[in-house]
Amino acid sequence: MRRSTPFLSGFRPLGLAAVIAATTAFTAAAQESTDPIKLTLHDWTGQLITTQLMGEVLKKAGYSVEYVQADYLAQFPGLESGDLHVAMELWDTTAREALDASVATGNTENFGPTGMKAKEEWWYPIYMKELCPGLPNWEALKDPACAEAFSTAETAPKGRYLGGPVTWGGYDEERIAALDLPFEVIHAGTDAALFAELESAYQRQAPIILWIYDPHWAPAKFEGEFVEFPPYSAECYNDPAVGLNPDAAYDCGKPFGEIWKAGWVGVKDKWPGAHKAIQAFTLDNKEMGLMITEVDLNGKAIEAVVADWMAANEARWSTWIAK
Amino acid sequence: MTALPAPSYQTASPRLIWGIALSLAAILWLWGQTVAPFAFEYPKALQIPAARWIGGAITWLVKEAAIGPIAFADITRFVADLIDLPYRATLALLATGLLSGEGSSAIQLWPPLPWVAVVGLLALIGLYAGGIPLALTVTACMTFIAVFGQWQSAMVTLASIIVAVPLGVAGGLFLGIAAARRPWLDRAMKPFLDLMQTMPVFAYLVPILILFGFGPTAAIVATLIYAMPPMIRITTLALQRVPSEIHDLGRMVGCTDRQMTWRVLVPSAREPLLVGVNQVIMQSLNMVIIASMIGAGGLGFDVLNALRRLDFGAGLEAGLAIVALAITLDRLSQALARRNRAAIPQGNALQRHPYLAAALALIIATTLLGLLIPAIQTYPESARLTTSPFWAAAVEWINITFFDTLEAIKNAVLLGLLIPVKRFLLSLPWVAVVAMLGLLGWRLGGWRLGLLTASLSFLIAATGQWEKAMITVYLCGIASLIAMAIGLPIAIAVAERERAWTITRAIIDTLQTLPSFVYLMPVVMLFRVGDFTALIAVVAYAVVASIRYTVLGLQGVDPRLIEAGRAMGCTDWQILTRIRLRLALPEILLGLNQTIMFALAMLVITALVGTRDLGQDVYIALTKANPGNGLVAGLAIAFIAIIADRLIHAAADAQRAKPGLGAQA
Repeated sequence: MRRSTPFLSGFRPLGLAAVIAATTAFTAAAQESTDPIKLTLHDWTGQLITTQLMGEVLKKAGYSVEYVQADYLAQFPGLESGDLHVAMELWDTTAREALDASVATGNTENFGPTGMKAKEEWWYPIYMKELCPGLPNWEALKDPACAEAFSTAETAPKGRYLGGPVTWGGYDEERIAALDLPFEVIHAGTDAALFAELESAYQRQAPIILWIYDPHWAPAKFEGEFVEFPPYSAECYNDPAVGLNPDAAYDCGKPFGEIWKAGWVGVKDKWPGAHKAIQAFTLDNKEMGLMITEVDLNGKAIEAVVADWMAANEARWSTWIAK
Repeated sequence: MTALPAPSYQTASPRLIWGIALSLAAILWLWGQTVAPFAFEYPKALQIPAARWIGGAITWLVKEAAIGPIAFADITRFVADLIDLPYRATLALLATGLLSGEGSSAIQLWPPLPWVAVVGLLALIGLYAGGIPLALTVTACMTFIAVFGQWQSAMVTLASIIVAVPLGVAGGLFLGIAAARRPWLDRAMKPFLDLMQTMPVFAYLVPILILFGFGPTAAIVATLIYAMPPMIRITTLALQRVPSEIHDLGRMVGCTDRQMTWRVLVPSAREPLLVGVNQVIMQSLNMVIIASMIGAGGLGFDVLNALRRLDFGAGLEAGLAIVALAITLDRLSQALARRNRAAIPQGNALQRHPYLAAALALIIATTLLGLLIPAIQTYPESARLTTSPFWAAAVEWINITFFDTLEAIKNAVLLGLLIPVKRFLLSLPWVAVVAMLGLLGWRLGGWRLGLLTASLSFLIAATGQWEKAMITVYLCGIASLIAMAIGLPIAIAVAERERAWTITRAIIDTLQTLPSFVYLMPVVMLFRVGDFTALIAVVAYAVVASIRYTVLGLQGVDPRLIEAGRAMGCTDWQILTRIRLRLALPEILLGLNQTIMFALAMLVITALVGTRDLGQDVYIALTKANPGNGLVAGLAIAFIAIIADRLIHAAADAQRAKPGLGAQA
């Protein structure tokens, strides 16, 4: 009875059968709006997968779904005005400020965590261990010889640490100062630039240490490790006295962050069932990592990977949309 | 300088004034640090909180502003709906088909035009407007898109371009004509044109999204803001340069104002106007990437997505599909505009409209066939090509083989040129720079210009953006100089050679429309993030303007003057420097102006590879949804552009006042 309705990009000529199928599907969510729920697509694979999973689940529940391509941060005005409805991946690490500001306007709502955790830290390819045997312990980086191994003409004799875009924050300058590391931060402007440098260095087996986050295809494609800094705590960031360096904050590693779902505040009233399903949606890092690898490294289509997951996890998503 | 005819307000010798001013500035620069630290760093307490003011004004505009009972935002939403209608229609025709309902529950009532029909239709237009060669070019471009699997995205992009370009051309023509007729309007519009062209789109993206809604319409509005200024500028310039004899002729035969404009002036300015149309198409396609960030989808999204995966090949293919669209649209529009009106053919309806009949037949035939054979409706997936593995391998090979050589070149340029210039500019006291800019403006164009340049540069300092502005000037200045140094000789070499110009034109069209992202990421792999990579991207983009406008100027030189020069025994070099370049000077200066504008327009892109200039500020403001900060940084970029533009113009006028051939131009 609950059949998925034809997706708009499929080319199908006139089909009376489809009309009938669609009208019957609508009855499942009869009391709710039949307008399409607009989910935003950004430009990285993990988010495309998460969003299409959610979209497929909503379609199974009889909702009409539309995917809209939108910039990660430029989407907020759209979510606030109700032009867009749901954003499936808002990382604590990169969108926290924008999300908070947006929720504060009262026009958007945080739909809760996706269950995935954003991990981000200094990362190096495994071959760097030869030049810097003490790794992954962070104290190995204090060794001048080790720092020099990571240096370039512009930073020598200090090591060159390739940080994320300035907008990501991350307190790396402060971390370097607090832990007294002989390193200099160079900021990449985008994460595409970040990974372009990694790819370049990895091809040449050249030294590099940079900011990497997970879930992402890079840790799956390139062999390497995260540096192990003293574990993060809120006090370490706020209170100079806590941690190794009694006079400075940020003398520890980076926090894990949630990845949130959020959207237009009107979703709740317009599509109450969908609102429940979106709140119930969860995934974990491992599942996501596997799916990203399938798409980015094994070249499978996102739709196929999503369909596989839907087939394998029917029991799970059925509870999300159960009445 | 001494050759300048001395206007009355100049009492002291120019050399003396400059000597004193420069020495004072040098003294301040060398010894002022301790005596007058405020001259180096604008005091924080006196900063103008422009970001807060502008942010407040934007909030007011989008949330509260109203004309009577109608909110401003409602008006813009209405405009958005108006633009949305033709867009939806075009999109249905080309990409989605006729749909009933919305989203995933939509039912396709009728399929879109089969790809064979679209290629065929464009080829027919090509045949009609430019004969078989054009038809072949168009077919090749469109088939390329289909073969590389970009068809669906390309049609989405094409739909928004088909809506945006006519609006841009018509609007530009209209405003340009109005400005050409009324000098005061021309003067009033100039700062807005500079703002529209140099203000990074990211700076006004957030307000536009709120006002016009999230989606393709907002993208079209942003495209129009960005793509219309060149059309306005060129229209005004072209109409002003129509020879006075033609004007007189029009008057003599008794033209009304309207006839004068549309029957006399516009046709006689056709060549430059076509450059304007070309620019609107190119600039619109240039916006495809940013448009995709705000819901337009299409090829821009494919490029971004591919580069996030570092799939250069896929990015390049999507990028080249944009170029193919650009070339198709540009060549077709040029040919259509150039086509002479032939005599109206006689006979029955079929004989009178052979092309229309053929087009209808093609659509009906392919649609019916498409129902039977899916390959005619949609290009078959199995026949798609991809060059992705090849490009990945090519970049890897260059990376492994040449990295050290490239690194050495990069370090030499960085240490020998970029870093010294940057240090020098950053060490200058802002007080001295503001004073010198004011002095320069005064000397070149009188006290009004001096006041303008001084106050604009003061505002940059007063809003606390001096350091970022200097980095901007350093990056764009060097890039513009390099672009001119590369562009001028190329333009001189190809201007008179038909074949060479055709090839060059294809290359610069490619450079202008291929999203810089596509080559930015491989460049990052080879040169790491930083200023050098940014410089390459800016030069690659800005060189287009210097070549295009110089060629336009050189080709417009009256051949009789060159003949006359030859008859008087000028050498080739003399003809080039004394006649051709001299007469083409207005266009070359327009080219320099546009080179600087293009360079500034690239700032937002270079921010993505980690520069620390005003573009980065705009980008950060966008990511923090802070329209105030973004607009202030955007305004600073625009101020830099305006200062450069006005000084160049004043210098040109001063140059023209010199006796010689230039006086005629």
